[in-house]
Amino acid sequence: MEWEAVIGLEIHAQLATKSKIFSGASTAYGAPPNTQACAVDLGLPGVLPVLNREAVRMAVKFGLATNAKINLRSVFARKNYFYPDLPKGYQISQYELPIVYDGWLDIDLEDGRTKRIGITRAHLEEDAGKSLHEDFEDMTGIDLNRAGTPLLEIVSEPDLRSPQEAVAYMKKLHALVRYLGICDGNMQEGSFRCDANVSVRRKGEHRFGTRTEIKNVNSFRFVERALRYEIERQIEVLESGGAVVQETRLYDAARDETRSMRTKEEANDYRYFPDPDLLPLVLDEAFVEEVRRSLPELPDAKRRRFMDEYGLPAYDAGVLTASRELADYYEAVAAACGEPKLAANWVMGEFSAYLNRDGLEVPGAPVPPEALGRLLTRIQDGTISGKIAKEVFEAMWDGEGDPDAIIERRGLKQITDTAAIEAMIREVMAANPKQVEQYRAGKEKLLGFFVGQVMKASKGKANPAEVNRLLKRLLQED
Amino acid sequence: MIEKSVRELSADLHARRVSSEELTRHFLSRIARHDGRLNSFITVCEEQALAAAREADIRLAEGRAGPLTGIPYAHKDIFCTEGIRTSCASRMLDNFIAPYDATVTEKLRQAGAVMLGKTNMDEFAMGSSNETSYYGPVRNPWDTERVPGGSSGGSAAAVAARLTPLATGTDTGGSIRQPAALTGITGIKPTYGRVSRWGMIAFASSLDQGGAMARSAEDAAYLLAAMAGFDPRDSTCADRPVDDYVAHLEDDLGGLRIGLPKEYFTGDLDARVGACIEAAVKVLEGLGVVFRDIHLPHAHLAVPAYYVVAPAECSSNLSRYDGVRFGYRCENPRDLEDLYKRTRGEGFGAEVKRRIMIGTYALSAGYYDAYYLKAQQVRRLIAADFRNAFEEVDLILGPTTPAPAFRLGEKVDDPVTMYLSDVYTIAVNLAGLPGLSAPCGFIDGLPVGMQLIGNYFEEARLLNVAHRYQQETDWHRRRPPGFD
Repeated sequence: MEWEAVIGLEIHAQLATKSKIFSGASTAYGAPPNTQACAVDLGLPGVLPVLNREAVRMAVKFGLATNAKINLRSVFARKNYFYPDLPKGYQISQYELPIVYDGWLDIDLEDGRTKRIGITRAHLEEDAGKSLHEDFEDMTGIDLNRAGTPLLEIVSEPDLRSPQEAVAYMKKLHALVRYLGICDGNMQEGSFRCDANVSVRRKGEHRFGTRTEIKNVNSFRFVERALRYEIERQIEVLESGGAVVQETRLYDAARDETRSMRTKEEANDYRYFPDPDLLPLVLDEAFVEEVRRSLPELPDAKRRRFMDEYGLPAYDAGVLTASRELADYYEAVAAACGEPKLAANWVMGEFSAYLNRDGLEVPGAPVPPEALGRLLTRIQDGTISGKIAKEVFEAMWDGEGDPDAIIERRGLKQITDTAAIEAMIREVMAANPKQVEQYRAGKEKLLGFFVGQVMKASKGKANPAEVNRLLKRLLQED
Repeated sequence: MIEKSVRELSADLHARRVSSEELTRHFLSRIARHDGRLNSFITVCEEQALAAAREADIRLAEGRAGPLTGIPYAHKDIFCTEGIRTSCASRMLDNFIAPYDATVTEKLRQAGAVMLGKTNMDEFAMGSSNETSYYGPVRNPWDTERVPGGSSGGSAAAVAARLTPLATGTDTGGSIRQPAALTGITGIKPTYGRVSRWGMIAFASSLDQGGAMARSAEDAAYLLAAMAGFDPRDSTCADRPVDDYVAHLEDDLGGLRIGLPKEYFTGDLDARVGACIEAAVKVLEGLGVVFRDIHLPHAHLAVPAYYVVAPAECSSNLSRYDGVRFGYRCENPRDLEDLYKRTRGEGFGAEVKRRIMIGTYALSAGYYDAYYLKAQQVRRLIAADFRNAFEEVDLILGPTTPAPAFRLGEKVDDPVTMYLSDVYTIAVNLAGLPGLSAPCGFIDGLPVGMQLIGNYFEEARLLNVAHRYQQETDWHRRRPPGFD
């Protein structure tokens, strides 16, 4: 019997505002505990929330970028529950009327097809603080620095059918929020978190199965693994005649399994009601239009443009537009060398490999795009070969400076002087009479051997095309 | 000195006939002498008051003084005061020293008013008799066996007994107007949004509103003028200029149309209170006011709607008192649940717990539509009643309370009867309108109040009518015996 998974994701993206969503305290990460929690964040008696307009602008940006509708009147509600890191005993969120609803995003499937994933809604809310269980014996520490940090909770439709699709969707969203500059996407610091709802059903069945929610899976890899585990688990339960229990589960990465956290019966009744301290959020069309005009070029549009403008294959365009930083870097390299395809190969090849090796992000790369562009120009104009260029690039990465200076200093300039190359060829032929004889007898594949010997003799500096041309003539000649 | 109006005291201060320090010492000594009988203050701030008075004297000497500079006032213990305990009359906040000032506190300090201390109140402003205070009940200066009303009972009693010329109050369902009526003083609850709620400890956010309590409408006008105004820290605060209340006090009342709601003069009203209101109508008619009967058809729904909305909001507002960050915490909690249960069980009084439970119930899944949503619909009907009425009349007049002050303990075990003492005031909060109570007679030595209700932001009109009435009557000048 074939099973099908039904997955919906709830992504919490921390909005990159300078101050909190309802107070003036800073949102900077990593400060000593409770140094960035003001009276409002602490929930002191008598304090009141004031909405951060920048967070609203960011939410609208997201809505416009996901083809969603913007609610010109949205309402903040209180979600009531007790927890030590929730200072007021309620979280201010949006419930019945979210600011963004009914959008979509296209994801690319592994077989090359595109699939449209619905976005049910995206709403503004405040984050809670952190409970620190590790550092205190038999006690819990509370750090309220994060309390009141603005979040955009992005809820997808249950349109995803596999862990791979879920990850593709999550990556697409991750790239998008960073493109928009509304979230730094730092998953280790919790700026981009994911809860996954998953159920399984027999293929062809239209009704949904009972779902479980997996909380707080904070990397692409863990989302995929947690979903794969949970889908297997649910199938096993059903195939052995059992029933899936609606519950919240926690993914344990160390054991690679999900565990029950609380069942539906234990779930809180959040007693949502409109927050009387905040008036309904009313926006006008002019504001929405102003935000629309401020939108940057979005990943899908940029990808199409890379294909049209630079003649790149879809795959290359997709890789290069995966992040705004990489796309910008690529465009600067291409502009500097005037060779978009060569630039694409190098940015996706050497450049990305070195970033990976050193665990760096594009903005932290030691080679600026203009420098890489100059290096590629040197391949173009025949000053160096592609192979030598890799050596130069390594030197540039290690901080040895400009490509021309490195070529000069290391004497890497390509030998194009016909006489010099001829001399080297004659030496090689003289040293390998047997091979010369065999070549002349018709064993033409020995040409590669001669090329290798000549290149070796030139320490790689001989122009390979020239070597080829001359070798053929000289081997023929005598 | 104790019978002088704010205007007269201010003139004396400006003319240097008296210093603020002398005035402040005088009222502090009255508090020391009389408050043992009333319990109207939770905290008396002698040191800070004298320091503020000396500062006011410097401002007066340097000519940097306004009408309230150097004038003492009492502050309801619901407004945060930096460095001074702000208890909300609850065990929960008995140890709470506010680290910041409420906007109202800040504005009054900037005006140069001198805070004598923090007044007693019903716990978290929940009550109509001032019997729910952790610090014990406040007594009515007209009869110390009777309640002063609530929740601003301490402020009302202190003004009535001349322990302070002015006091702040807050009003969620009548908490300024009802105690003003029961103690024979003048109290105004302005339009919702007129006075900032920043630093005013929340009971029911959509209903809470700060206001002024004084012996006369004129004095109240001075105090309210200093409290009112836009505050960007309160998202529900009105961003519109404040009328000059004092300048309009003497406005002519000729041709003013005042409505008398039929629904407020029924069998529930003590006939003797009704007679006092009728007499007041005659006085106002003499000033040119034209009266006509009006209808507020949904008036009977105000109390039930209120006792859903207010507890619902309070159940959420009071969740922050959990023993984690500030305020009361139970001894040796075994675990988190024990911390919550005992902290809240021990820290809150019975009435507060009752309302938290009612509110939690009203917001629960499956009940929300039947209670909270329905109550909000009723609220809109009540607001519509007033809107219709204000198409026919300029103001509304009626009784503030159904009867004069009741005895301590008389209603404390019967919450519903207690709640009905706010039957005429609650609708005003539900609609967000301004309301004022002014003394208009006595029954067996106990004061009776009349309530004036205005359209949105018509505070100046309310104070004007009350002031003109007070020029014709002397109810507001009567002093309770034994407080000389």
